[in-house]
Amino acid sequence: MSEQYDAIIIGGGHNGLTCAAYLAKAGRKVLVLERRHLLGGAAVTEEIFPGFKFTVCSYVVSLLRPEVIRELELAKHGLHVMPLLSSFAPMENGDYLLTHPDDSSNYHELRRHSKRDAEMFPLFNQMMYEMAHAVKPILATVPPDPSAPGLRGLRDLNYLRKHVQGMSKKSFHCLTKLMTMSVSDFLDEWFETDILKSLMALNGIIGTMLGPKSPGTAYVLLHHYMGELDGAFTAWGAQQGGTGGVSEAIASAARSHGAEIRCNAHVERVLVKNGTAVGVVMENGDEITAKVVASGCDPKVTFRNLLEEKELPDDLVSAIDNFKYRGSSGKVNLALDGLPRFSALGNDGPAQCMAEICPDMDYLERAYDDAVYGGFSKRPFMDVEMPTANDPTMAPPGKHVMSIFVQYANYALDPYETRDAQRDAFGNAVVDTLADFVPNIKDLILHKQVLTPWDIEQRVGLTEGNIFQGELTLDQLFFFRPAPGYSDYRTPVKNYYQCGSGTHPGGGITAGPGRLGALEILRDGNV
Amino acid sequence: MLKLTPFHERTSQLCEGESWQDWSGYLSANAYELDHSHEYYAVRTGCGMFDISPLYKYHVRGRDAMALLNRMSTRNVAKCRVGQIVYTAWCDDDGHIVDDGTIARLGDDFFRLTTAMSLLYWLEDVGFGMDVQIEEVSEEQGALAIQGPTSRQVLQQLTPANLDDLKYFRIIEDKVAGVPVRIARNGYTGDLGYELFMDADDGLAVWDALMEKSDEYKLRPAGHIALDMVRIEAGLVLIDAEFMSATHAMYPIQRTTPFELGLDWVVNLKKDHFIGQRALREELARGRAWTTVGIQVDVVALEALYARFGMPLMLPYHSWIDAIPLYADAGKQKQIGKATSGTWSPVMKRYVALARLKPEHAKVGSGLHIEMTIEGQRFTVPAHVVETPFFDPPRKRA
Repeated sequence: MSEQYDAIIIGGGHNGLTCAAYLAKAGRKVLVLERRHLLGGAAVTEEIFPGFKFTVCSYVVSLLRPEVIRELELAKHGLHVMPLLSSFAPMENGDYLLTHPDDSSNYHELRRHSKRDAEMFPLFNQMMYEMAHAVKPILATVPPDPSAPGLRGLRDLNYLRKHVQGMSKKSFHCLTKLMTMSVSDFLDEWFETDILKSLMALNGIIGTMLGPKSPGTAYVLLHHYMGELDGAFTAWGAQQGGTGGVSEAIASAARSHGAEIRCNAHVERVLVKNGTAVGVVMENGDEITAKVVASGCDPKVTFRNLLEEKELPDDLVSAIDNFKYRGSSGKVNLALDGLPRFSALGNDGPAQCMAEICPDMDYLERAYDDAVYGGFSKRPFMDVEMPTANDPTMAPPGKHVMSIFVQYANYALDPYETRDAQRDAFGNAVVDTLADFVPNIKDLILHKQVLTPWDIEQRVGLTEGNIFQGELTLDQLFFFRPAPGYSDYRTPVKNYYQCGSGTHPGGGITAGPGRLGALEILRDGNV
Repeated sequence: MLKLTPFHERTSQLCEGESWQDWSGYLSANAYELDHSHEYYAVRTGCGMFDISPLYKYHVRGRDAMALLNRMSTRNVAKCRVGQIVYTAWCDDDGHIVDDGTIARLGDDFFRLTTAMSLLYWLEDVGFGMDVQIEEVSEEQGALAIQGPTSRQVLQQLTPANLDDLKYFRIIEDKVAGVPVRIARNGYTGDLGYELFMDADDGLAVWDALMEKSDEYKLRPAGHIALDMVRIEAGLVLIDAEFMSATHAMYPIQRTTPFELGLDWVVNLKKDHFIGQRALREELARGRAWTTVGIQVDVVALEALYARFGMPLMLPYHSWIDAIPLYADAGKQKQIGKATSGTWSPVMKRYVALARLKPEHAKVGSGLHIEMTIEGQRFTVPAHVVETPFFDPPRKRA
């Protein structure tokens, strides 16, 4: 037995660190235990190739809660999220779609493709704003369980009921469609330009093992629309120095309030006595005690790896075992010797910070088809981020790093391949496909890092490599996340809490679960 | 007809939205892109380049140069060493502020002033009978401010001077891009940065050399919209926002003293006589009527007010300069001052403002209420007094 802490947080990902920072700010003695040598979980920056910093896994910041930035004074601790104001989507016929931050320029760009869509676009945004506004309070609420609401749950349910009742009939119908349709069908009701639809459909499929024609994907579009930066919806940003900088800023805030953070500290399991968590057991057998323990890991690790089955009710065990991960994406990170040129923009086209390889809707669905039964897309969808277009800190002057999010890559292998062979083939498919749009890319590559879902799982511990700690589908959100009855950050084990993306409001660099988890821990008053 | 700065040939090509304003009679860009966000973020993450040529610039030389400036300035210019810059204010006899600006000591008997307002007659009046030569070089010199974390790196590529040795509020003369430039380590952004002064004819050479490096160091031209946001984050007062020059004010209520502006640190009452010193001593003895501090608006409360209208939280997309009533109580029974300029800080996610308050309500942590409107309906929103600068990165002085 060693020193006594008020709280131990398992996992130094951005949510674990956020939880720690809030508890430490409230005056609690907090210890964070991170298995790896560096903090951040999936939000890390690593210098994989000398002089080039890679956002190895997660690469953009969208839903990072403004209240977390403000309350933890993250700007003072080094948080600098630069907005990503436009996206660029090259087409296979050599044309492209480039969205603009200002409405008028956007209108003229869309008009090149369709006059009708140019006029529909603001109407669509208006509708999505209304939907996002209607759904947004849910994000800031601890999900009540409607099947067994306590007094507080009834109050929260009533608040949400009133909120939904306040919507117009038209909006309510639209919300219902959003919750049931495929993103492809939903967008077909609005637009005729394929490149516009496929560009917008991306948000519906990122991080899920579903294609744009799979029902339920329309809702995820909305989830991404709620990405709130500065109160302006749908704005995305890139942290200076990579997403590791977000984790570092939160860690710095936690330390400034007295939290202790240990890396290379592998927690074997939670120490439970009489149904109450009293600390953790480390891999080397050391025990560290604390009044409460919180896990920032995904539901499988939190419930099945860190606890013994006997501590859990049977329905929770099966709910957790049925929770879908199904990692669907990989990453290819490139160190580049110079500026990549998109052929659609000509030889002196400007550097693009974000580019989407999603030339049409069928391309996306075909990419999905390739990977449904294992393996990866032969011509994948790619979310290509080149932070060095704006960020001077990630590569030497004149050089670039490129972070390519690739979908689909099935966690399940193609049965006829070895992992190494499949990884190589996957990396080659990505570069070959990209070369169709960026002819000079192969000449520029100084170093290539390829991560399949399996590699992501091995590296950062995300089950099946799912970037959201579990798919963001309707059946796994809100009071279903991670399991009915356990969506309020508590667990069947007293004083053992959840604070990871596997809880509401879900994945992405939101810091929402970490903050809400910490507030629930403080509310219980056991520490 | 507004005048054009030495950089207009370049800035006019880059100003996508043709959004300009009149800055001291010069055409000056509000923003180069249609959206100012990139320019704002450039100052905090890369480097923003501002054409600050419209500043008024004066050379004061001669045996009595120091005496003149010391008679005018609220700070002790005698302590300013060669190669140093001081930020100062100057007042009229009643202690009312005329303007603020910087004085750089370029030699034992050689000073340079930069000011927001034309000052020639004032310098001549103050220096009447003294052994000084006053020369206005406003039109002869172009000026650029490069501000942001990469400003040192990008400038170091273009000058043989060792910028690591150039400390905060120091100035040197050297070459930049092969032409003579005065490099001053200061700015109006609260960040690491430099102001470069050169002959107007050499301006484009410096501009082009900097722009040549723009991709590598993430330098981009930036305009007034971004500048005003970052200067508020830096807690810096602005003429015609936080104060009106005593020489422009028509009525006593429009006049302000340095103490009322919270500029205590630039007023040295112990030094030899300066204009307004007696009045400022008296003001301090009887207690100032106002002071100027930073406040932070409670956006959670503001969000709740918007919710009453079925609206999400709406925040200003850029800074504002106005006079917004501040109250001690939510019921608006007791007005205690006014907010003079404010901005939503995208970097800090805080809604901050500079405010002129009764001193008894101006302690850090003091609560107050700011008037706001939603769809034309008036409300008060809770706010509290906070430290300035709101944003103060260590690199500014490092």
